[in-house]
Amino acid sequence: MASLDDLKKRIASVKSTQKITKAMKMVAAAKLRRAQESAERGRPYSQKMNNIILNLSNGISDKENAPKLLSGTGQEKTHLCVVMTSDRGLCGGFNSNIIKKAKSYFAKILDEGKELKIITVGSKGNDQLKRVYGDKIIENISFKESKNANYFDADKVGKMVIEKFEAGEFDVCTIFYNQFKNVITQIPQAQQIVPLNNDGEESNSDESYEFEPDEDEILSNLLPKNISTQIFKAMLENSASEQGSRMSAMDNATRNAGEMVDKLTIEYNRSRQAAITKELIEIISGAESL
Amino acid sequence: MSEEFKIEIVNPDKSYLEREDVSEVVVPAFEGEMGFLKEHISIISFLKPGIIKIISKSGNENYYVEDGIVEFKNNNLSILTSSIFKVDDIGKSKQQELLKQAEEEANKPEISDQSKYLADQKIEILKTLN
Repeated sequence: MASLDDLKKRIASVKSTQKITKAMKMVAAAKLRRAQESAERGRPYSQKMNNIILNLSNGISDKENAPKLLSGTGQEKTHLCVVMTSDRGLCGGFNSNIIKKAKSYFAKILDEGKELKIITVGSKGNDQLKRVYGDKIIENISFKESKNANYFDADKVGKMVIEKFEAGEFDVCTIFYNQFKNVITQIPQAQQIVPLNNDGEESNSDESYEFEPDEDEILSNLLPKNISTQIFKAMLENSASEQGSRMSAMDNATRNAGEMVDKLTIEYNRSRQAAITKELIEIISGAESL
Repeated sequence: MSEEFKIEIVNPDKSYLEREDVSEVVVPAFEGEMGFLKEHISIISFLKPGIIKIISKSGNENYYVEDGIVEFKNNNLSILTSSIFKVDDIGKSKQQELLKQAEEEANKPEISDQSKYLADQKIEILKTLN
């Protein structure tokens, strides 16, 4: 049994840990609100962009000569995966969930004998992936300096993806991120962005558009932008998910620390009483022997 | 019959502007300026650097854009852009900064014809903003 002094020290240390986790939870809650707002504000843009592209690709007459970003290179040999994680830890299963999803996808691709290339965004993902897939990682980007997700950063990633596509370095590109559902639930997502995959989404308007200049030109201008937009959307969803995940993780940690303090306090009191009882017995038996 | 329609300008990170009472909008489309009135045919086009003019009951407004996509459908005009500034809000320093950026871009040695054209457009428009 630990001595009274040890118990006292442990209680103090658990209490101070609890204070930290509580503070982190508060900070995450405040940041979450902001991140959630910007994720919601960013949705109209990506939705509108998607709609326009949908309308355009339906209107395109010559499917065979459609831009490669839309129709693909015609083969599926090299896969590029953009894995988006956070730069900070202590956010529960947030990063592990993305990595788990990504790893199962990687395994499938490698089983099929295809080539795999990885870009990691965020240092936590890089840390976890470089042990197993170190030789597959071609780029590692981290936006530690920027406080909030911004379009400028997303555009940088987008331009890099497009550059690599035009250089013929990959055929299919998929991004991995956590979609924010609510504070407790974040769903890891794998979204294919090149070639654009619009299965199951039908354009709701039969209305025909006029295009100026022609469809092909608009599409080839729009598709690179769409990639940046999709990446930006993923970044926004990710940052909301990260804060949500951290908030619930820290909430759990605070509660666990509270339970631990209670348990330790009971143990402390018990051993204090035991010590007193022991002393009393000693005094009494000492007095009796006289 | 009212002659008004709805305009919405969307940024990647927020909805920039929403109006229900505009009577005319002129945008710098890629192949020349394009005016929109009510009951315009559905159209999709993209923008080059220039000035968006919004004419409404509450007064006229001018916005400077560098790029974007414009869609008109069912009397809804949507403009998607990542770089938009209200002309009245662009101060001298901001204008100089944008101008410098554009000039740097135009003077890059390996620039393509199209980007060169766009950068020159930016410079031209920015110079007229005073």
